[in-house]
Amino acid sequence: MSLKIHQDHGRFKQIVRGKIKANLRRYVQKGEMLGKRGKDTISIPIPFIDIPHFKYGHREQGGVGQGEGDVGQQLSPGAVQPGDGQQAGQGEGEHALEVDVSLDELATILGEELLLPNIERRGKEQVVAQRIKYTGVHTTGPESLRHFKRTYKQALRRQIALGTYDPARPVIVPTREDRRYRSYRLQQLPETNAVILYMMDVSGSMGDEQKEIVRIESFWLDTWLRHQYKGLQCRYLIHDAVAREVDRDTFFHTRESGGTMISSAYKLCKDIIQADYPSASWNIYPFHFSDGDNWSADDTRHCVEMLKADILPHVNQFAYGQVESPYGSGQFIKDLRESVGELDNVALSEIADKDAIYQSIKDFLGRGK
Amino acid sequence: MPRGLTPQLSDLKETIEGYARGYGLDFFETIFELVTYDELNMVAAYGGFPNRYPHWRWGMEYEQLSKGYEYGLSKIYELVINNDPTYAYLMESNAEVDQKLVMAHVYGHADFFKNNFYFQHTNRRMIDEMANHATRIRRWVDKVGIEKVEDFIDRGLSLENLIDYHSPYIRRNPDPRRAEEEDKSNERVEGFRVGREYMRGFVNPTEFLEQQRKKVLDEKQRKKQFPERPQRDVLLFLLEHAPLEPWEFDILATLREEAYYFAPQGQTKIMNEGWASYWHSKIMTQKALKDEEVVDYADHHSGTMGTRPGALNPYKLGIELFRDIEERWDKGRFGKEWDECDDLRARRAWDRKLGLGREKIFEVRKHYNDVTFIDTFLTAEFALEQKLFVYGFNDKRNSWEILDREFRKVKSKLLTQLTNFGNPIIEVVDANFDNRGELLLAHKHDGQDLKQDYARETLKNVATLWHRPVNLVTRVEGKGLALRFDGQSHSEKKVEL
Repeated sequence: MSLKIHQDHGRFKQIVRGKIKANLRRYVQKGEMLGKRGKDTISIPIPFIDIPHFKYGHREQGGVGQGEGDVGQQLSPGAVQPGDGQQAGQGEGEHALEVDVSLDELATILGEELLLPNIERRGKEQVVAQRIKYTGVHTTGPESLRHFKRTYKQALRRQIALGTYDPARPVIVPTREDRRYRSYRLQQLPETNAVILYMMDVSGSMGDEQKEIVRIESFWLDTWLRHQYKGLQCRYLIHDAVAREVDRDTFFHTRESGGTMISSAYKLCKDIIQADYPSASWNIYPFHFSDGDNWSADDTRHCVEMLKADILPHVNQFAYGQVESPYGSGQFIKDLRESVGELDNVALSEIADKDAIYQSIKDFLGRGK
Repeated sequence: MPRGLTPQLSDLKETIEGYARGYGLDFFETIFELVTYDELNMVAAYGGFPNRYPHWRWGMEYEQLSKGYEYGLSKIYELVINNDPTYAYLMESNAEVDQKLVMAHVYGHADFFKNNFYFQHTNRRMIDEMANHATRIRRWVDKVGIEKVEDFIDRGLSLENLIDYHSPYIRRNPDPRRAEEEDKSNERVEGFRVGREYMRGFVNPTEFLEQQRKKVLDEKQRKKQFPERPQRDVLLFLLEHAPLEPWEFDILATLREEAYYFAPQGQTKIMNEGWASYWHSKIMTQKALKDEEVVDYADHHSGTMGTRPGALNPYKLGIELFRDIEERWDKGRFGKEWDECDDLRARRAWDRKLGLGREKIFEVRKHYNDVTFIDTFLTAEFALEQKLFVYGFNDKRNSWEILDREFRKVKSKLLTQLTNFGNPIIEVVDANFDNRGELLLAHKHDGQDLKQDYARETLKNVATLWHRPVNLVTRVEGKGLALRFDGQSHSEKKVEL
């Protein structure tokens, strides 16, 4: 049942959406909202939308309270709610308002704000699901789908036409011909498969701050790609001198020391693609994050070879994000730029700090690959 | 959609209503409607009414209420509308004991609405009126578009507390006819006193008198300001004098009417809730409660009465104060003798067995509002017993703390908070400020500064209605400050007060 309030609620949500859009750049930089992720919604704190009034500043105001305690005793934090003394429970004041936004909605907002193009899918559209849709009314069908109202109308119409309808005793008896049934059609929903392969350098030079940046960025990449592909899979690879596959949690929290051999990650990536994701039917997105410090020029050359031969031909887009770190030389992105930078399914981005995440998302997703 | 009561609830209603009348409560016919939690949230978001004009604010309210309910943080117990017949809502899923409690509480409110002096001017057909407002504003939406209307409502609502809370009860401006007469009498200029009648022509020649008369008139003209005296009903002033489109005028007038309708509920919050709580407690504990319901009742009652250190619970303060008054008038603890007695033991044992308590509280609920209620009946003993204190913000420790438990300070803080419904007093002082058609508002500073960012935003809203720059004189940290919004940007300068 629909309530009148839903219209107002809708307007409110629209306003909230506008606020999120206006503040998107700020949200993109902030990690705090990531913790408030539900199954498919996320809580976003937005500045309390309030209608301004002439009113007293609460700090100067103070108030009257009730209870135990000596003069000078502190009140427990949170005990004082701004806006008391007026209408209780109105919730006025400097609270942040938390609104639940579905990830899909958030992706749409992200897309609109960053002007992200929709992704051109690759691969055969596989039929994955069939859905029943009720489309009309038929004269035959199973009794469980009988349309009572239509059947009644039909019978009434017939009886009136035949003159057997008696208004004083309005009994309607439907015959076999009067019966109507809901009919359905099977709809086939084409779906495509997609996988993200996250690779991250966890060598000593990648600090917590760098990982935080990767974490935030990956959230937005996830959100956008999930919006584009239903049933998106994610795989996580970490590497220092050797690479291994880990789960999401480990991915973001592992800290190793030691050297960096990027080729190890690319090799693992190549193996996984070959084993699990035939490029004919999968959209594949490897994202690699590192501080750009590789073991040797030889290794870098090896990386580029592998990219050209085994990875780039199979993936939609290969993305490399270089997070600035005080220890890294930042050489790797330059090497990549020289060797594969011209290719149109390679996206390279330098992320200097949290502010740069916004632009970097645009670099990665802006091509609609 | 709301449904009528089930037979069982209907019986319950009859019984509770009987009890309430038995105690002498006097109310309009009261209609209960049965609603689901979602409907209750909707109605609550609409301020108790089933139909309001379209605005996102209700949506926000609804979102918060729904969330609070879904997370089990809050639950609306009673919702009652000041109307004839009085409407109230019962939530379907509540247990029987809750329904009884709500009914008993509602009859308390209904009695208060009908009898309290401050509600006498309110429209008792407000349900219909609100629906009419909704229809009217919807019609404007169809004509000028939702964006424009909603935007305007935002501005209007931002000024909704700039009304004169006392204007329904007193006459602010003198009768214009009398003022005119005064004017005439002033116009007569006597000239110098003349000892002998035949000397008049010489002492005060006609030209001289004429000159004097002109001088007086000029003086008056110069002094004459517009508005003649500061006007507290800023909304009314804007309605009468701001260049508004017809639709803007209509919407602003509607908002003002609704603000005046709700005003008494704000002015009597403590009394109203106290009175209703007093009666639900009386009715439940003396009549309606079954043995097996006692625990549930006690749980809910104490939940309503719960106090937190940093906030005053109007239910608690109200009920305790009514009980205190009843006891004092029962025992004769009032009047000169009582006031002058400072023998503690005698005071404690004081009981004249007058039994006037019940009569007194009925009288109080008729004639008082929160300010006069607290002013008259909050005694030092009461404040001590109820552990009232003043709290404030300690900047050094960056936290709230208890400042004082002294009775006089507690009382004066409480009264300050309640005065003008907790709103700052803002008046229109000059509509032709600087002789440039600018509006000058003045904040009557009473020791509390305005919240600056809000004040600026609100000023902006006034300016869009006035279509000319708007100024507000206030005081910040003891120094005079004039805020100004000229349609483009804010500015401020120091002023001498």
